[in-house]
Amino acid sequence: MRDLVVGVLALQGDVREHLAALAECDVIGRPVRRPEEIAEIDALVIPGGESTTMSKLALAFEVYEPVRRRLAEGMPAYGSCAGMIMLADEVLDGRPDQKTFGGIGMTVRRNAFGRQVDSFEAPVDIAGVEGEPVHAIFIRAPWVESVTGDVEVLGRVTAGPATGRMVAVRQGNLLATSFHPELTGDLRVHRLFVDMVRDQAS
Amino acid sequence: MSATESVNVPVTGTARVKRGMAEMLKGGVIMDVVNAEQAKIAEDAGAVAVMALERVPADIRAQGGVSRMSDPDMIDGIINAVSIPVMAKARIGHFVEAQVLQALGVDYVDESEVLTPADYANHIDKWQFTVPFVCGATNLGEALRRITEGAAMIRSKGEAGTGDVSNATTHMRKIRGEIMKLTTLPSDELYVAAKELQAPYELVKEIAETGKLPVVLFTAGGIATPADAAMMMQLGAEGVFVGSGIFKSGNPAQRAEAIVKATTFYDDPDVLAKVSRGLGEAMVGINVDEIPQPHRLAERGW
Repeated sequence: MRDLVVGVLALQGDVREHLAALAECDVIGRPVRRPEEIAEIDALVIPGGESTTMSKLALAFEVYEPVRRRLAEGMPAYGSCAGMIMLADEVLDGRPDQKTFGGIGMTVRRNAFGRQVDSFEAPVDIAGVEGEPVHAIFIRAPWVESVTGDVEVLGRVTAGPATGRMVAVRQGNLLATSFHPELTGDLRVHRLFVDMVRDQAS
Repeated sequence: MSATESVNVPVTGTARVKRGMAEMLKGGVIMDVVNAEQAKIAEDAGAVAVMALERVPADIRAQGGVSRMSDPDMIDGIINAVSIPVMAKARIGHFVEAQVLQALGVDYVDESEVLTPADYANHIDKWQFTVPFVCGATNLGEALRRITEGAAMIRSKGEAGTGDVSNATTHMRKIRGEIMKLTTLPSDELYVAAKELQAPYELVKEIAETGKLPVVLFTAGGIATPADAAMMMQLGAEGVFVGSGIFKSGNPAQRAEAIVKATTFYDDPDVLAKVSRGLGEAMVGINVDEIPQPHRLAERGW
């Protein structure tokens, strides 16, 4: 089987951490930030970062349409935090000119848990991830406010003031989490995504 | 708190949450702003965060006097004007200014040499706070002392308010060079290296093994053009603070956007050439050499 190439959208954010996680999952991780580079990947990870900046740069450097097109054609994608926002069909508390790639039938609320002093760590059970709950790191994170019928909710906050909030979802080949598995060294969420990519490729 | 509680209850203010916040700013530009209108221009241009302060360093330099934390009303105004993270500056060692900034809900505190120091011996004990801190450094030892005190992000100091990038270059090269040197030392020489760096052995050993700081490293001080920002990124900065360089220039909105683009495509000269066109006047600036020693901000902090 040929090696899968998973691009990490490298306009802004914690690109390096996702590349390191992908390398450990035995796929080729590659930073991508030009239209022609979007054509050469099997799947895309959209990292954590500032979604308004990513939106602006995606439009300015003309990767917005190519990514949308590939997602519409069924390219698998995973987004963490700002990446989740970029995969949402609707955004609340965003900028009026903010654009997302969309693809997941969900409405996300930006900075939903509050400001940085409210950022937190907590264990979250993720459907499809075996073993202990995932130790999730939420940084000025979004949550999923509502989903359409074909979106599978994989995880919710289980303690504290935000109990019950949806923080991990999947629709077809698209996966999104409010939190940052790339910061913890726990590869299980990336493995789940890589398995989705492999299923698609085979 | 019992062990079981700490596993299940959400925990705020951890080192991972604080350092992780800086990881999310990487590849981005953080812009100094003095009012809500400038904050909006910065957000429109694609800034990843804004730094709220009363006077940009160029004006602090020109006007003199004691420079302090900004008025809470002004910080509130900026927090309400934008949806991106808002940082604000506290004086070196002024832990009460930092307490006030945390209470206001700022997302990052910059314990900054640009303001007049409040304590000439001690920096703030940053572990005591939920809000994360960024601190300036001119060399590796200084960076490691700040990290030991709890800084979750480091920026090279440069010489703020000058538009002269030479000190930022010196500091970035110095930090990078000292890290590289540590990675080449045999382990039995790390004890003396720690002594010479005036930093804890454990941290020095960690850097010798990983070849990088345990926190994100940005650059600051004197950055005025897209090419300045790109050069700092090529020298190993993970992102850029721009102070006076934007709002002391002829066309702030356009320059801000150009610096954002140059920071993403820092290694692509064709893009850099394109975004550097037609920006109008850069800030006039002052050569660091012409500033008398006591007026140099980078020498504050130790």
